[in-house]
Amino acid sequence: MKKVFSRTKALKPVPFHYCPGCGHSILHRLVAEVIEEMDLIDRAIGVPPAGCAVLAYNYFDVDMGEAPHGRGAAVATGIKRVLPDRLVFTYQGDGDIAAIGTAETIHAANRGEKITAIFVNNAVYGMTGGQMAPTSILGQVTTTTPRGRDSSREGFPINFTEVLARIKGTAYAARTSLHDPAHVLKTKRILRKAFEAQMGGLGFSVVEVLSPCPTNWKMSPPRAFEWVKEEMVKHYPLGVFKEIEGGSLAD
Amino acid sequence: MSEELELMRGTYAIGEAAIRAGCRYYFGYPITPQNELPEYMSRRLPEVGGTFLQSESELAAINMVLGASMAGARVMTSSSSPGISLMQEGLSFMAGQELSAVVVNMMRGGPGLGNIAPSQSDYFQATRGGGHGDYRQIVLAPSSVQEAVDLTYRAFDLADKYRMVVLILGDGMVAQMMEPVRFPPMRPLEDLPSKNWTLTGAKGRPSRILRSLILDVNDMEEHNWKLVRKYQQVERECPLWEEFMLEDAEMVVVAFGTAARIAKGAVKRARKEGVKVGLFRPITLWPFPFQALRGLYQRGVDTFVVFELNAGQMIEDVKIALGNGPQLLSYARPGGVVPNPQELARVFSRLVLSRRTS
Amino acid sequence: MAGKIVINEGLCKGCILCVEFCPRGLIKPTKELNAKGYYVVVFESDDGECTACTLCAVICPEVAIEVYRE
Repeated sequence: MKKVFSRTKALKPVPFHYCPGCGHSILHRLVAEVIEEMDLIDRAIGVPPAGCAVLAYNYFDVDMGEAPHGRGAAVATGIKRVLPDRLVFTYQGDGDIAAIGTAETIHAANRGEKITAIFVNNAVYGMTGGQMAPTSILGQVTTTTPRGRDSSREGFPINFTEVLARIKGTAYAARTSLHDPAHVLKTKRILRKAFEAQMGGLGFSVVEVLSPCPTNWKMSPPRAFEWVKEEMVKHYPLGVFKEIEGGSLAD
Repeated sequence: MSEELELMRGTYAIGEAAIRAGCRYYFGYPITPQNELPEYMSRRLPEVGGTFLQSESELAAINMVLGASMAGARVMTSSSSPGISLMQEGLSFMAGQELSAVVVNMMRGGPGLGNIAPSQSDYFQATRGGGHGDYRQIVLAPSSVQEAVDLTYRAFDLADKYRMVVLILGDGMVAQMMEPVRFPPMRPLEDLPSKNWTLTGAKGRPSRILRSLILDVNDMEEHNWKLVRKYQQVERECPLWEEFMLEDAEMVVVAFGTAARIAKGAVKRARKEGVKVGLFRPITLWPFPFQALRGLYQRGVDTFVVFELNAGQMIEDVKIALGNGPQLLSYARPGGVVPNPQELARVFSRLVLSRRTS
Repeated sequence: MAGKIVINEGLCKGCILCVEFCPRGLIKPTKELNAKGYYVVVFESDDGECTACTLCAVICPEVAIEVYRE
């Protein structure tokens, strides 16, 4: 019998602390697999967020440097400007990138920083116990929207990847999901495209990943995966919103 | 210092000194009165293969500095009071991760938007730390353009040696005045100190982590004591100060930076009128030269006046140094007011004469 | 073309996503507890039904499943 599926070297042999059914666990594996397949383990530098995935540095067997909450794009800019031939990626939650880190992210994109932002959209602030996120959908009950998110009070769920796609410095912008094996495999292909856009020097790349958060949604893992497919995808259409083929951003 | 004298503005001189020290990365944001420093770096850094980047905010700038420092670069930013306030979170994180960098604050009148006139009202923020947590940063206060060059050049070695942020604390005067300066030769990049803790990609070595999150309280406490031990080493090794006409002084003026420069003029004028005044000028505001100042009291001086361009901040450190023994007076002028030496000399004379009569 | 999977019970957190997504329903939840107190799942196939399609491993958050193919 030949082994056809095993743990990637780019992941430390350490169990995840994440909750059962958490999207972070799956996404960590995918990012690590792509880094290994692109032979970039010894040239990758990750910037974990403040959030559930702040402990990403316990799992990725690559150099990892922590950024203050929301500042990942700026920290990654500093790293990439010093080490332009390394793969530099941020791994950020929805609050990290689309609330407190909005300015840093938009301006990194606008400068065409050759970094990749991995944007995990699970529609809540997970680490802090399930508060409303900028991506919480209308009607979604969270610990800070007990009566459900209401646009007249809390505004609208933000489609941040489409915003970033319109920014000239962005070379690749896509949204994908983890809600079933097919979409997990698609996410891996999209992550690879984003990293290739970076290593090809094309500009800023962002991959938004719709990710289940069973604990804070108060759902079983299968139900949470269902909710991503049924509810989240409605507000956050999947697809590639921008893809620069070769060439430079200018043309 | 081999090269010839050049007449140069403070901001330009600080930029050139940083480059001579091997700094090749600058991230900053416009704010008066230090705009010429980023402008200078935007011209000069590309000439030496460096990178200049104007960020979208000071908050972004300090985080770019944090990233570049993690990658092992000699890196710098500069701003003025309100901008430095925006950098406090980043400075606390850099202290927690023991990252080295040089930050320049050309202070201005505050609080709030204040004005752009010279001020020293960020003393507490600089010496106590405006961010969260127990941390320190080395604070160097130049009072001339040449000294700004020398301290900036030295700051990068101090930052790398102790893996700390070194703050150059000046103001609009230091930033804008032009004085003749001589620069140290360009430091070859290959002889910069090697760093075995940086993030460069785990090639031929285990992967590294740079973080300040430490969930276990016992580990966090030990990390704090490790930092404290480092700061105590800096307190032993790094205090710098200047003594001027103290040998027979009846009253000692304690002042730093621009205030000290004005006080020197006032001391000379007062001396002409037979008023024996001297100046004690701290150059490192942290570590503050407590022993040296206390030594003056032990040598018999019993009247001190603290002259500073704020509402009275350094006076607290002077109080720590001197205790309750001597008479401790304050001449504090906040808001960007800069007294001239004549006016100050009269203040000193009055203080000394009133002391003699009481 | 027969295949099989090996589940590392120590890593399993009982999320039962593999149970949901195995096209042949060859993985079953159990009331067995692992050291961390999670109900673990078990692979039940002895007559070559498993095609080693790897969907279980692809969806498993804990990288707890290894897949083998003839």
